[in-house]
Amino acid sequence: MAYAVGVDVGSTQTKAVIVDEDERIVGRALIPTGAHVVAAAENAYRVALEDGGIPEEEVGFVVGTGYGRYRVEFGDTQITEIVCHARGAAKMFPDTETVLDMGGQDTKAIRVQKGGDVLDFCMNDKCAAGTGRFLQSAATALEMDLGDLGPRALLGQRPVNISTTCTVFAESEVLSWMARGKKIEDILLGVHQSIASRSFALLKRVGIEGEVTFTGGVTRNEAMVSVLNDLLQTEMNVSEESHYIGALGAAIFGLERVLAGRGVPAVEEVAS
Amino acid sequence: MATTTMDEGLVGRGARDGGRLFREWFQTLTEAAESGERAAYVFVMGSMMEILRSFDMHTVFPEINSLQTAVRRVSDEYLSVAEDHGFSPDVCGYVKADYGLQMRGGEHPMGRIPKPSVAVLTNACNTYLKWGEIWERLYEIPIITVDVPGSRRAPGSQAHRAGELERDRQYVEHQIREMIGTLEEVSGRKFDIDRFREVLDFTNQMGRSWRRMMELNANHPAVFDAMQEGTIYLGVANALRGTQAGADYFRDLVEEMEYKVAENISPLVDRDEEHRLIFVGVPCYPIFRRFYQLFTEWGGVFVSSTYMWFASGGLDRDFEYDLDNPIASIAEGMLQSVTGAVDAMLFHDQSLIEAIDRYGADGVVYHPVKSCRTVSTGLADSRRVVLENRDVLCLYIESDMMDKRVVSEAQLKNRIDAFFEGLESRKLRMAASGAAS
Repeated sequence: MAYAVGVDVGSTQTKAVIVDEDERIVGRALIPTGAHVVAAAENAYRVALEDGGIPEEEVGFVVGTGYGRYRVEFGDTQITEIVCHARGAAKMFPDTETVLDMGGQDTKAIRVQKGGDVLDFCMNDKCAAGTGRFLQSAATALEMDLGDLGPRALLGQRPVNISTTCTVFAESEVLSWMARGKKIEDILLGVHQSIASRSFALLKRVGIEGEVTFTGGVTRNEAMVSVLNDLLQTEMNVSEESHYIGALGAAIFGLERVLAGRGVPAVEEVAS
Repeated sequence: MATTTMDEGLVGRGARDGGRLFREWFQTLTEAAESGERAAYVFVMGSMMEILRSFDMHTVFPEINSLQTAVRRVSDEYLSVAEDHGFSPDVCGYVKADYGLQMRGGEHPMGRIPKPSVAVLTNACNTYLKWGEIWERLYEIPIITVDVPGSRRAPGSQAHRAGELERDRQYVEHQIREMIGTLEEVSGRKFDIDRFREVLDFTNQMGRSWRRMMELNANHPAVFDAMQEGTIYLGVANALRGTQAGADYFRDLVEEMEYKVAENISPLVDRDEEHRLIFVGVPCYPIFRRFYQLFTEWGGVFVSSTYMWFASGGLDRDFEYDLDNPIASIAEGMLQSVTGAVDAMLFHDQSLIEAIDRYGADGVVYHPVKSCRTVSTGLADSRRVVLENRDVLCLYIESDMMDKRVVSEAQLKNRIDAFFEGLESRKLRMAASGAAS
């Protein structure tokens, strides 16, 4: 049995996924990226191997993705996270035609065709407005754990209007609403709606078609899922493993290389 | 071998000669500045170089000066001067770099730029009008503004109503005749219509060569890159417009391109042409070489660009000056070139679709820039129209043509890599699909 590994080095977290020849996930890892990107990639790789009980010599190909993909120094190649998220989403939810990936530093709207090929994509510009970093700023301002934001936001009933689109200014705007006596739940719901509206605008730029799959670290925030579903007027595909989708896509690309090396045609080489 | 000798002489000659001519032009400006001579300041769109040339005036293109500071990686020094004097970070980077240049006494990385004696501008860009006012206040010089009527309707319905084009032409001609009077006062010389005819003839020759060169780039592989070499050609087309040297340069360039077509020589040095692209907007000059490489390292070649349409002073249009009616004819040329330039900036979706077909392009790269909203307006709409009408991939990347503070190479690379991964994946699937059918 040969395996392929995808290592997704994000701005906040590094994810690793190992797939077997049947494209099943057999090992995974999720660790903070921190300041040492090379070490984070290596650690995630090791943890995933341990998780799956996979001997390293049976790994046939390693693909690095994410903003730190070129720091996956033990990897065999690098592929952008845009393409990997598309492929991973199509693997996890085969009827996916639209992907929204919300990470710590950027948000991507991707249109895909069946099989996971990218048709079009848009990203937020260099500013981090509308990304997970916006949530982090709000959590800092409110002295809360990031993981508590979603559940508290869901309790909001009269969301405030967060007018700033700047992540840095968001913190001061949250504080100003606090000073005006607004409930934390209503402020948090407003923060989530502000981010969701930015993402919705990105999605509209590429066109919202078919099933929408939500990927990236923010998928674990149930309030964000709820607010986006309301905007989209549909239920997005979300899995407990949605934050691994980029690494999964990378691993599948790696598996294609492994199989192609044996004379088994890669997915791209098979007539659709 | 004979081929090698030919290669050594021809291939890359346009880039080498273009660089040399450009340096010589800046040297002439430097000598003028050092001897206290002044120059006419003009803009790329609607320069009216032929009239200024007929007075043998030195001409300065502030837009070219500004972009050269970015290419030479010193634009931040010039932008800082302007911002220290109160210009907002959101103001056009070309204007601010020029203001910094004026405040530094014309010191420029290519030499020294003379002060203006007069400035000639049109309404092709809204910023030109305010830019001219800065020089007017700084130097108390005449500013000649030619109001060129717009097309007044969406492209695709270009036909003017009966008499409209002629009325517009007469309106422009009247302003040009007034301008000639002002230039006679500024230069102290009488207008020489025979000299003017001679200059127009050189521009006609340049236009013929320009259009032939663009036509030759439909070859597979393309024979020049519209972003990299195209920028050099644009520089020469503007600076040497209406000169013997300019006409000779483009005649030689056509010879080079015809040779490259015959020999199938691509502008890519170390790899084959893989993807044929069209560029929309102004390049990212603060990291110009790297920006270009981000595409070439994937085998991407820009076969055409809107820049080569809107910044060529109308050379791309199938129009020649009528030497028997030179003033009437330059008014018509001005009307056509400025209207065409504005349309190429703002309404280029149909032109892009035609270019995709003509050049066999498989991708379009949109590059809106922060400090020029004029050239960046409507690109998202254009992209949508192109995607709806042609089976190509589009890339939308944002940075700036002057301000490196808003240029993130890592962000650009990520998007460009994803674009090419998509193009390659699509190509593989199409090939597999073709093989299976």
